[in-house]
Amino acid sequence: MITRRSLMLGGAMAAMVAALGARMRYLQVDQADEFRLLAEENRINIRLIPPTRGMIQDRNGKLIAGNEQNYRIIITRDEAGDVDLVMRRLASLIPMTAEELDDTIVAVKKHSSFVPVIVKDRLSWADFSKVSINAPALPGVAPEVGLSRLYPRDTDFAHVVGYVGAVSDQDLEGETDPDPVLRLPKFQVGKIGVERFMEATLRGTAGTKKIEVNAVGRVMRELEREEGTPGADIRLTINADLQNFVQARLGNESAAVVVVDVTNGDILCCVSSPSFDPNLFVRGISHTEYASLTENDHRPLANKSVSGAYPPGSTFKVVTGLAALTAGSIDEGYKVRCPGYLEFGGRRFHCWSRGGHGTVSLTNSLTWSCDVYYYDVAQKVGIDKIAEMGRILGLGERHDLPMSAITEGNMPTKVWKQERHKQDWRIGDTINASIGQGYVLASPLQLAVMTARIASGTSVVPRLIRMIDGQEQPVAPAPALPVDPVHLQAMRKGMHDVVNAERGTAKGSKIVDPTMVFAGKTGTSQVRNITKAERERGVVSNDDLPWNRRDHALFVGFAPYDNPRYAVSVVVEHGGGGSAVAAPIARDAILYAMSDGVPALDAYPKAQRGRIESMLKELPLRDPATGAAPTTERA
Amino acid sequence: MAFFENRLKQVPTGPRKVLFINWPLVVLVTAVASVGVLMLWSIAGGDFDVWARRQTQVFIVGMGLMFFVALVPIWFWRSMSGIAYLVAFLLLVYVEFAGETNKGAQRWIDFGFLQFQPSEMMKFALVMLLAAYYDWLDVRKVSRPLWVLLPVLITVLPTILVLMQPNLGTSLMLIMAGATVMFAAGVSLWYFVAVGILVTGAVAAVFLSRGTPWQLLHDYQYSRIDTFLNPSADPLGAGYNIIQAKIALGSGGWSGKGFMQGTQSRLNFLPEKQTDFIFTTLAEEFGFVGAFSLLVLYALILGFCLVAAIQNRDRFSSLLIVGVAANFFFYIMVNLSMVMGMAPVVGVPLPLMSYGGSAMLVILVGFGLVQSAHVHRPR
Repeated sequence: MITRRSLMLGGAMAAMVAALGARMRYLQVDQADEFRLLAEENRINIRLIPPTRGMIQDRNGKLIAGNEQNYRIIITRDEAGDVDLVMRRLASLIPMTAEELDDTIVAVKKHSSFVPVIVKDRLSWADFSKVSINAPALPGVAPEVGLSRLYPRDTDFAHVVGYVGAVSDQDLEGETDPDPVLRLPKFQVGKIGVERFMEATLRGTAGTKKIEVNAVGRVMRELEREEGTPGADIRLTINADLQNFVQARLGNESAAVVVVDVTNGDILCCVSSPSFDPNLFVRGISHTEYASLTENDHRPLANKSVSGAYPPGSTFKVVTGLAALTAGSIDEGYKVRCPGYLEFGGRRFHCWSRGGHGTVSLTNSLTWSCDVYYYDVAQKVGIDKIAEMGRILGLGERHDLPMSAITEGNMPTKVWKQERHKQDWRIGDTINASIGQGYVLASPLQLAVMTARIASGTSVVPRLIRMIDGQEQPVAPAPALPVDPVHLQAMRKGMHDVVNAERGTAKGSKIVDPTMVFAGKTGTSQVRNITKAERERGVVSNDDLPWNRRDHALFVGFAPYDNPRYAVSVVVEHGGGGSAVAAPIARDAILYAMSDGVPALDAYPKAQRGRIESMLKELPLRDPATGAAPTTERA
Repeated sequence: MAFFENRLKQVPTGPRKVLFINWPLVVLVTAVASVGVLMLWSIAGGDFDVWARRQTQVFIVGMGLMFFVALVPIWFWRSMSGIAYLVAFLLLVYVEFAGETNKGAQRWIDFGFLQFQPSEMMKFALVMLLAAYYDWLDVRKVSRPLWVLLPVLITVLPTILVLMQPNLGTSLMLIMAGATVMFAAGVSLWYFVAVGILVTGAVAAVFLSRGTPWQLLHDYQYSRIDTFLNPSADPLGAGYNIIQAKIALGSGGWSGKGFMQGTQSRLNFLPEKQTDFIFTTLAEEFGFVGAFSLLVLYALILGFCLVAAIQNRDRFSSLLIVGVAANFFFYIMVNLSMVMGMAPVVGVPLPLMSYGGSAMLVILVGFGLVQSAHVHRPR
C-alpha cells in the first residue's frame, strides 16, 4: 500500500518537476530574445550631451556672445557619508553664507542619495581650485565644469543679440516635435533678439551617451558616446567698436541710432539707449534688478531702434517732396510763399517759423525745413501718392531681421483710415502727414533705410547677418528705385544744404573734411498737441516742460555727399530739437563709421573742436580688443 | 514486541552507523547548498562576507545537526513526535502574541544569533506526529471517518495559527504535507476527491468574501493574487517583482550571462535576490543549462528519498521520509512556480539555496530524520 501510494506520489512529483522544467525552457529558450531585450532596456539609458552653442561675433570677428566655463561644485550624498561634516569643511574653503549652507544640506537630504546637488555655481577659478586640491578631505564633492552664455560687451548688444535663458513651457508650446535636448534641465535657448531668431543655427545638435544604470537610476558606467555637432558661429554686420562708441555717445539719453551701409544694407550699428546687462538674465535676475529695469521711464528693455515707432517729423519731408516730384505735381522750380501759416478750411496750420520763410524754393524748403511749403505741396499730390513713395522708401514695411519686436510703423492711406478708424480721410490729415506728424509713424531702422535708399538710389534691404559658420552670406544687388534720379538728386541737394548752407537747420553739425561731406534732414516731432490757447499765450519752450512731454529730436543723414556710403538715423526721445540734439550725434556716428575709429578732430569745424575734443575724451569706451568695460566710473 | 526486538538486532550500532548513512543524499544536499553559496557570493558582487560566509557557517552547523539526528535511533524520534508537535504548537501560539513582526506578519522568535520561525519547525513536527499516528493505527481503520478526522485536526489546527500570522505560503505547505502523509498512509481516495471539491468551494468563498467585513485574507494577499493574475497591470508596484524575475530568467537564455555577469541582479533590478528570488540569479547567470541542472539535483534528492521510503519496511520511517520529501518538494514547487510567474508571490524560500538560517537548519534537520530512518531501517 505504502509502496503503491509512494510510487503515485513519485509520479506526481516527477510530473510537476517536468512542468517546472518545461516552463524554464519556455522562458529561457523560446522567449530568451524578448527577455534579453527587456533586460538591456532595463540597464541602458541614453543621455543627451548638450551641444556647444555657436558664438556671435561682430563683422570683424570680435566676440559678442560666447560661452564661459562655469565652475561649479556638486555633492552626492551616498559618496559623502557625513554630509554635515563635509559641507562645513566646504564652507570654510569657498565663500558661502550660513543660509546657503543650510539650504544645500536640506536639498542634499531631500534628494535620493545618488542625485548630485549643485552646492555653488559660477565659482571663481581660485575657489574652484581650492576645492579641487582639497578633494581627498571632501568625499562626495566633485568640481564640475559646464558651459554658460557670456556677453562680454554686455550693454552694447543687449537689444540686438538678446540673451538666452532656461527653456520654459512657453518655448516648447509651438513646437510639434521639440528637439529632445530642450528637455535637459536648465538647457539655455535664445529668448529674444538674434539669440532667439537664429536659435536653430546657434544651437547645434546634441550628442548621446549610453550609460548603464542600476534599478534606482544611479549611473554605473558609460558604455558608448556619440558626440553631437556644436552650433554654427554667426558674424553680424555690426561693427562692435562703432556700436560701443554710439552707445557711449548716447549716455543716459532715451534714444536710438541706426547706421546702415548704403551699398549693401549692412547694419553697422543699431543702438538703443539706455541699455541693460543681458548677463543678468542668463544668471538669473533678481526682483529688484528687474523692477529697476521695468520701472525706469527711459525703458531700457525696449529695443527702440527697431520697435520704437515715432512720428518722423520733418525728416519725412523728403518723402512728401519726392512723391510730389514723381507724381508731377510740382517740378524742381516750384516755389511757395510762406507767411508763417497756411489757412485751410477755417483752420490755421502753422509753420515752425512764426514769421514765415518768405518765398521758398524746393531746395530751401528742406534747408530751412519750411512746413508751409509741404502743406501746399501735399494738397496737390494727395496722401495716397505720398504713402506710395513712403513704401518705396521702406516706410510702413516690416524689415525682416532676426531681432525681436520689429515694428512696421505706419504709412497711412485713405483706405487705412477708413478701415482703422471708420472715418473719412481729411485734407487736414494730409497736411499733418506731409511734415511727418499725425498718423505717420516710423522706426529709427526704417528712417535709416529710407535715407540709405535716397542716398544710393537703390532699394537697399537691411541685413544683420554677415556670415554663418564662416560662410559669407550673399547680398543680392539692390534694384534701382522707381524714381527719377534727377528728383533724387534734388532731394540730396536739399539735404546737403540743411547741413552745409548758411541758413541750414543743421549747420552746426557740418563736417569740414571735403572727402566726408555730410548731408541730412532734421526733425522735431511733437508728442503733444499745442492748443490755440497755449499758442496765444506763447508756445512754451521745451526746456520748461516735463521730460516726457518734450518733443522728440530726430535726424537722418548720409555721407559722403558726392559718393554716399553710410546712412544714419537718430531719434532722441523728448530730446528737444533735431538740429541741436540729434544732428550732432548723427554726425559723430557717421564720422566714426567713415574713419573707422574715433573721428579725427579736423573733420569738425574749427570753432567746435575744443568742445568736441573734451567730449570725445570723456566717452567711456571699451577696450577695442577685449571689449572690457572702462575702469573709470561712468558719469 | 519480539518482532520489534528481532529487527533491532540487525540495525548497525556505534560508529559503524556512519557507513549506513545514505551518502548519495548527503552529496546531493551539499552540492545544492554549495551552488547556493556560490550564488550568494555572486549576488553580493564578489563579496564573500555579505551573505555567503554566514550561509556557509549555517550550513556547516546544519550538517552537524543532520549527522547528530541521523545517528540517534529513529524510534527515539518517533517517541519525540508528540512532544515536538506540542512544542511547535505552543511556539506558534507564542509568536501569535509576542513574535517579531516583519511586513505586517508575525513570524519570528529572535534568538539573537538566529531568527527562528516556529512554522518551519511545525512542518516537520506535523509530519512526525502523523507518521507516528499511522504507525500506531491499525491499517484497516485508516479510512474510517473518525480516524480520518483526527489527523485532519492535527494538520488544520497549526495551519490556522500560521494563517493568522498571516503566512499563506506556509499554511498551504502544512496542508499539503499533512495530506501527502495521509495519502501515503492509504487514506481512501474519496476523501481527497471530497476535499478537492471543498477547496474549490473555499477558493470561491475567498474571492466572494473580498471587500466584505468578513474577508478571509489580508488586502496584501489579495493584491498578490491580483498581481499574479495580471502582473503588467502594475509594473512598478506589486507586479514589479514578477516582471523583473521573469526578465532575469528569460534573459539568461540557453547558457546564461556568465558568473557574476547578471545585469538584473548586479544592478539591483531583482527584488529579494538573496532570499526568495535567488533562483532568478542562477538562471540569469547560468542560463537554462544551470537552472535545469539545479532542477535535476532537486529531482535526484527527491528520488533518493522516495526510494528510501519504499525500501523502508518500518511504517513510521517510511511515512516520515515521504513527509519530509513532500515538504522539500512543496518548497521547491511553490518557490520556482512563484519566480517563474506560475504562482502568486507568497514568500517561500528555495530550500538549501535561499539566504536564511532558520529554513536551512530546519531542512537539514529534516534530512537528518530521513537519514536516521534510513540508517535504522529494519533489515
